[in-house]
Formats: sequence, structure tokens, C-alpha cells
Amino acid sequence: MKLVKNALGRLVPTDVNGKPQVPYQGVNQHRPEARKAAPLVRSCADYAESGNKLVPDLKAALAKAGVKDGMTISTHHHFRDGDLLANQLFTACAELGLKDLMWFPSAAFPCHQPLTKLLDSGVLHHIEGSLNGPLGDYCTQGRMRGLGVLRSHGGRAQAIQDGEVHIDCAVIAAPAADAFGNANGVHGPSACGSLYFALADSTYAEKVIVCTDNLVPFPCVPWQIQGNNVDHVVKLDRIGDPAKIVSGTTQITRSPDRLYIAELTARFIRDSGIMRDGFSFQAGAGGTALAFAVYLRDMMKQAGVKARFIRAGSNKHLVEMLEQGLTDYILDGQTFDLDGVRSMRDNPRHVATSPFTSYSFHGKGNFASMVDVVVLGATEVDVNFNANVVTHSDGRLLHGIGGWQNCLYGKCVILALPAFRDRLPVIVDQVTTLCGPGELIDVVVTERGIAVNPLRQDLLDAVKGSGLPIRPLQDIKAEVEALCGKPGKPKLTDKVVAAVKWVDGTVLDSVYQLP
Amino acid sequence: MNTVTVGRRGPDVRSDLWVELELRKSGGIELSLKSKVDFMYGEANRKLVLDTLKTLGVQHARVDIEDTGALPFVIMARLETAVRRAMPGGKVSACLPEPGPSFALPSARDRWRRSRLYLPGNEPKFMLNARIHQPDAVILDIEDSVPPPDKDAALLLVRNALISVDFGDCERMVRINQLPRGLDEIGPLVKAGVNLILIPKCVSAEQVQAADKSISSALADFGARPSAFDVFLMPIVETCEGMFNAAAIVKASPRIVALTYGMEDYIADLGGIKTPAGLESLWARSQVVNAAKAAEVQAIDTVFADVSDIPGLEASCAAAKTLGFEGKGCIHPRQIPVVNNAFTPSETEIRRAQDVVRAFKDAQSKGRNVVALGSKMIDPPVVQRALRTIELAISAGRLAADWDSAPSPPAGSTER
Repeated sequence: MKLVKNALGRLVPTDVNGKPQVPYQGVNQHRPEARKAAPLVRSCADYAESGNKLVPDLKAALAKAGVKDGMTISTHHHFRDGDLLANQLFTACAELGLKDLMWFPSAAFPCHQPLTKLLDSGVLHHIEGSLNGPLGDYCTQGRMRGLGVLRSHGGRAQAIQDGEVHIDCAVIAAPAADAFGNANGVHGPSACGSLYFALADSTYAEKVIVCTDNLVPFPCVPWQIQGNNVDHVVKLDRIGDPAKIVSGTTQITRSPDRLYIAELTARFIRDSGIMRDGFSFQAGAGGTALAFAVYLRDMMKQAGVKARFIRAGSNKHLVEMLEQGLTDYILDGQTFDLDGVRSMRDNPRHVATSPFTSYSFHGKGNFASMVDVVVLGATEVDVNFNANVVTHSDGRLLHGIGGWQNCLYGKCVILALPAFRDRLPVIVDQVTTLCGPGELIDVVVTERGIAVNPLRQDLLDAVKGSGLPIRPLQDIKAEVEALCGKPGKPKLTDKVVAAVKWVDGTVLDSVYQLP
Repeated sequence: MNTVTVGRRGPDVRSDLWVELELRKSGGIELSLKSKVDFMYGEANRKLVLDTLKTLGVQHARVDIEDTGALPFVIMARLETAVRRAMPGGKVSACLPEPGPSFALPSARDRWRRSRLYLPGNEPKFMLNARIHQPDAVILDIEDSVPPPDKDAALLLVRNALISVDFGDCERMVRINQLPRGLDEIGPLVKAGVNLILIPKCVSAEQVQAADKSISSALADFGARPSAFDVFLMPIVETCEGMFNAAAIVKASPRIVALTYGMEDYIADLGGIKTPAGLESLWARSQVVNAAKAAEVQAIDTVFADVSDIPGLEASCAAAKTLGFEGKGCIHPRQIPVVNNAFTPSETEIRRAQDVVRAFKDAQSKGRNVVALGSKMIDPPVVQRALRTIELAISAGRLAADWDSAPSPPAGSTER
């Protein structure tokens, strides 16, 4: 495999799964020139006038959709770790004798562990999507045939739009759908929120199958997924367990140290003047990033300040802020608990958004860059503020990128992190895997102080005299090293097992096989 | 049977080291080291383990280790405990870690002791970040939070933590075990730079004198200590007998800087019933405050047990302050800001004290003996109290030291 150095000096493959690649060029440097991709032209005359697209089961739908060996099939993570569709789907593919499929999920979770067997047996060739837990281990142990490709939510939309990934068949789990294919995620016993991670797939995939456990008479409204893009509808017993959308990274931390970091983060936002009437913020997944919003809420109440909108990941706490009038809107990418689902269904000011509206590099603008402040997690950050969110410091794949890269376009990007975890330093000389360029990361908040990127003299000036513990990142790193000892370098092989994409489709870094 | 174990392991354990040690007659060291952080600290840990065993005089042994991210001071304490357990009564020399930034920082008699965070003495993970929550003091506890079989392990872990962990500006306190056992613990703690020893379930002046003597002899043994260094005492009275003797206890040693009490044990001893109003302990609490103030030391309130009940904690602090207490124990970091705030003069209290002190100085400058504020006469003790409030406000950073020379603040300035 040929590797070249990209603009940040990382070695990246020039070819990924048979497709030539552009190495990362720098923030906003790459401009692909082409027409957008599109599926074949269809004619409504080929579909039943009754509007009934029901087929008896998944196998029949896959056969009708013409799924063949080597094709690309997508699913979505609206149920997060409660997804029950992907395993059923690929079991059906195995029963049909299909081989060498590429799975293109919007995210994978530990519940998809059974798919390692189908990777072994050859039904699946490889996965392009977030890889963590058992699937992450499978990849970093070098057992997957193709390269893993890790994309942000926006990067996934970009790859679909510019044709880098052609989806042969999108299979969408829908908590409510009619026989025509209109579908949403807010009604029914399995209501999970928005279905918008499937929006790009529904318009760009060659074939679209909607699976529901809750078939309603036409029309199913709101139609987050529009039936005129759908080929087949399947009724299944179960598609997902919405109770499990509350997975580990979506609950508020109880650790006193993490809560302190969250409080410091909120104080930074207040004391820097970012918290003012009409401002906007985003809280990412991860216990600390979620907890900061609770502290910020109290500070907003005390100061009598109201936000114009909150970008979420919605949860109970953000919904309360909406209901108490502390924000005009929640613009929601995904719901992180059932309060979020309820609010999205019932409150017109709780608006479901898609990666198109907020994140895609091929949009005519996207509103990630309009958010005043975003608070994110990371596994590592280096002394130049470059950060890692996908691998543990030993090189194991730990998290998907999610919306993390896209959020880096916010006006003030804060990473809220402990300075070390179980003796493992979080601030390092060089990150194990580069996921976010340091020029886009403005502030690192740890329990041992707050470091502001020297590129942001304006922020440094804004918090002067605030009493916040502002320190150079190198100082915090040195303090942790004095405590934990100077860490040795993890040993990795030089075999690339996955590529990390930047939001524009260029290759930002490589993930290597573990020894 | 010469196999011993120490420390904890398992999926929920963090920052600890589990050791199984079997001393042998020959064959050198057979080391098996499994570590969560092997990829970064594997070699360093191996070397530290072998060096520590050598210092401890172990030449032949089987050593099985499971590491959940233990720092060097923990690794050394666990190994030393294992070796001591394997050689009961044997001569084992202490193996001390590198001193950290707060090692042997002296304390002061009259420093703030508003909040003191209890840390279980055998649990390494809570120690590392304790100072971040800004308690006035940390209490490394080897008494009630440590089960009897782990007392030896906790003592060595606490000793090493005192030397190695950065506790910042926090006063470093240790609650030893009940006397007489606790007397044997004093020597190693003093040498590790402890600032203050809490004597639990203290019942008599003689106990305090015994502890004082142990401290003095440990200090004398240890010539290398900075000369300014002193080790203080804080007795905890927790029984009816202790309560009755409180006045004698608190005057039994010049090392005593504060007196506190333990509510649960006291109520049990009393045969009373704990109520929210707390009438059953009113005499005892007042006794503690009076005994302390008579001896010119600080009176510190007991802990508040429900960590999730912040309004309850606020009320408890307010009640304690009314009685004359100057601080309170904390069992969770979230209690610290509440306690610190409660025992620091409020803006209203500071403003009132400023008015009194201004009136007092005004009267002095005019050669008058009677101080008046508006139409109210101010008694000398009120002036004394106001001066103390000003002193506290300045040391808490809520008032500039030169407040008197600055123009007085505009009326109606808001409270924090």
C-alpha cells in the first residue's frame, strides 16, 4: 500500500478499497469539481398506483431490490446501541447466499458484534463507518478484508453526494411508516426521534427499503423520509429498542472531577462573554460535554440570558431549557433520550435537522459554523491542539467520529477532558490518530486548568482577569507527566487497517493494526 | 504457607495494584505483571517493581501483579505491604517514593479549616485529584473507612501519598486509628510530612498527651525536617465520656489547633435518637464549641451524611455557624464549595463589620471610649467580632487588605 504525507505530516493511503484518494490539504483547501451523484431516473408508472409497496419480508425485499454480491448496503443508527435491524438484514443476506457486501452504516455500536461472524464468513467484505467495540477490535486486529473508512456525519453525506460512495440499497428502520414508504421516527412504540441520518441515503441510493414495526394507513406524517424515494416497505416484528438510545456517552457524568471540568467549561463560556442574549451552543456526546449544559443553564438563569438555539444531541436537560424558555429552539441532530423524542414530536420549536442542513461539505453553507460555542470530548489532544477522537492511546478503535469533526467549524470549539485517565495522559506530544486539526480547536478545559489556543488571542483577552485557571497546554502536560511518569510510545505495526477522512473527503490520517 | 496478597483488582478498580507474593528460598524473582497501561508504562513498571523488591531486601520470590493504572507511590506501598505481610515481625526497611511538590509544606495554627475532605486511606484513586476541589484540608483516613485487615496497607499508602501526591495548598491531615493502635502510626506519618493528626474517639487528656509525645519523639528522630515544621492535633470526641472531658482534652497539648466531634458514635453512646432538629446533640455541640473557644482553638462541626441533599447541608452549616463552629467535615467533593461559602463571611456580614470597624476607629481618633453606629451603642465584643470578620474576609480574598484606605463602596452594592 502506497502512503504519502498529507498537509499535517500524517502518512495516508493513496488508494482506499480500490478508490484513489486525495491526501488532506488543509482546512477548506480542497474543492472537488464534478456533478453531484444521482441514482437512475425512475418512472412512477413502474410503481403500483395503489401506493402499496409492501413486500412480505426482508429477503423478498432484497431480492426485489436486486441486491447482488459486492454491493453496498446502508443502515442508520437512530436506535444507537438498540438497533435490531442491521443484524436481521445481514442474516437475511447470508440466507440469500450473498457475498462480499460493503456495509455503510451511519454508525455502528457494540450491539452489532454478531456481524463479525458475517465478516469472517465472507457475507460482508468490509465496513465503512464508525468502528468501535467488537467491530473496532476486529478491524485493528487486521482481520477485515477491506480498509475501514471513518467519516463524520457530514463526511458521510459528502461521500454520498460527490459519488465517492454509491449506495446500492439503503435499508431504513422506521418507527412509523405507511405502505407507500413515508416514514418518521417520532411515532409508534419504537419512537426514537429523527430519521434524518437516512435522508441522504433515501435520495441518493439506487434502491430504498423502509422497515417498520408500526405500519400506519397512508399518510404517515410528518414524512421525515418521503415515500416517493422508497422502493419497498417491509413490516418487521422489531426494528429497535429505543430505551437503548441512552448509551454510555449520552449520560451525564457523576464523577466529581468530570463535573468540575464541566463547571469550568460553563464558567469559561460565561466569563469570556460568549454567553449573552441570543447566543447559541452545542453539547456533544460524552458525560462531561453533556454536564456542562446543566451548569450553563444555571448561569443563564442567574444572568437572565436566553439562547436563540441549542444544537443537540437532545436530552432531558436541554428539553427542560426549551420548555423553560431558556432557548427559542433546539436544532436536533439526534435524540439522546426519550424526553428528547417526546419533545421533538410535540414541540414545534424542537426541530429535527439532517447532516445536510448542518454538516455537509457540499452544502451551500452549513450552520455548524454559525454556532457560537461547541463543547466536545476527545481521547487525546497534542500540544498544538490537534485532537484524536477515534482511537484509545494504545491504538484501539474506541469511538466513531460522529458530528465531532463537523462541529469543529463552530466559532469557539472547546474540548472538555480530564488531563489523564487511569495514568494515561490525555495531552500528548503527538496524537495516536489525528481527527481534528489544531487550528480549529480553541480551548482545552481540564481539571488542572484551561488552555487557550495561542491563535485565539481574542479569547485570551476576553477571559483576562476572570480568575479562571488559564495556563499553557504544555504546563498542564508537564504537571501530568510529573504525576504519572513520562509515558512510553505505544507500539503499533505499520499496516494500515483504516483511513480517517476529513469533512471534505480527503484523507486525514491512518489507523494501524495492533501488534 | 508464605503467599500473601494486597490491593484490589477487577473491572471496577482503578489506579490500584493487586499483588500476590510468595517468598522463596532460591530462584530469584519470578515476576508476572499484567497492566492496563502496559503499552505506555510496562518497562518503567517492571523496573520499579524489581528495584522496590531489591530495596525491601527480597531476592527470591514469585510475584504476580495486576495493575489498573497505579502510580509509582501506590506500586511501592503495595509491594512494601506485601513484603511486610510475608515476613511478620521481620525487619523491613521503608521504601519511600520521590517527594512531590507539596511534601513537608508547613501549616499554620490559625489557617482556614472550613472544609476538610475525607479520603478513604486505602483507595488511591480519590487522592490524586482531591486538591482540585479546593478543600482547606484533606483527611487521609485509616480509621473507619478502612476494614481491619487492610489497616497496614492503608497506613503505607497514606504515608506514600503524603510524600508523593500534590495536595497543593490543602492542609494534610490523617485520621489515625483509635489509641493505642494509632500511636504506632504516628511515627511514619510525621516523617512523611503530615500537618495534623486527628485522634478519633478521644476520651481523655492522657490520650492527647500520649499522641503529643509520639509526635515529639518522631520529630526528634527526624532531624532533616524543616525547623519551622510543626505537627498539630485535632481530637475527635465521639462518646459521652469524651464530651464530658472535652475541656480537659482540648487543653492537654499545645499542638491542638481545633476540636471536633463525631455525631453517629456519640448518639449511639448516648442512647438518643437522631432527629432533624438535633436537640439530642445540642448540649454536646455547645460543649465542643465552648471547650474549643475556652482553649482558643477552632471548633469544627461533624460531617453531613447525605451528599445529594445540598439544601440540607446549607441549613446544617448555617446552624453550626450560629453555634460558633468554624468549619465542617466533607465526605464528597460537591459539599466543599457549599461548606467553604457557609463558613466565609458573607458580603452582608463584611459590610456590617466594616461599618463597625470604621465607627470604632472614628471613635478612637476622636478619643472617645464609647463607639456608636447611628443611634446604636457598640459593645467592645461586637468590635472584636467585627475585626475577626474583616480578618477572615481578607484572608478569603473577599476584601482587599487595604479596604480601610479605599473609598467605601457605593450603597446597595449587590451580594455575590
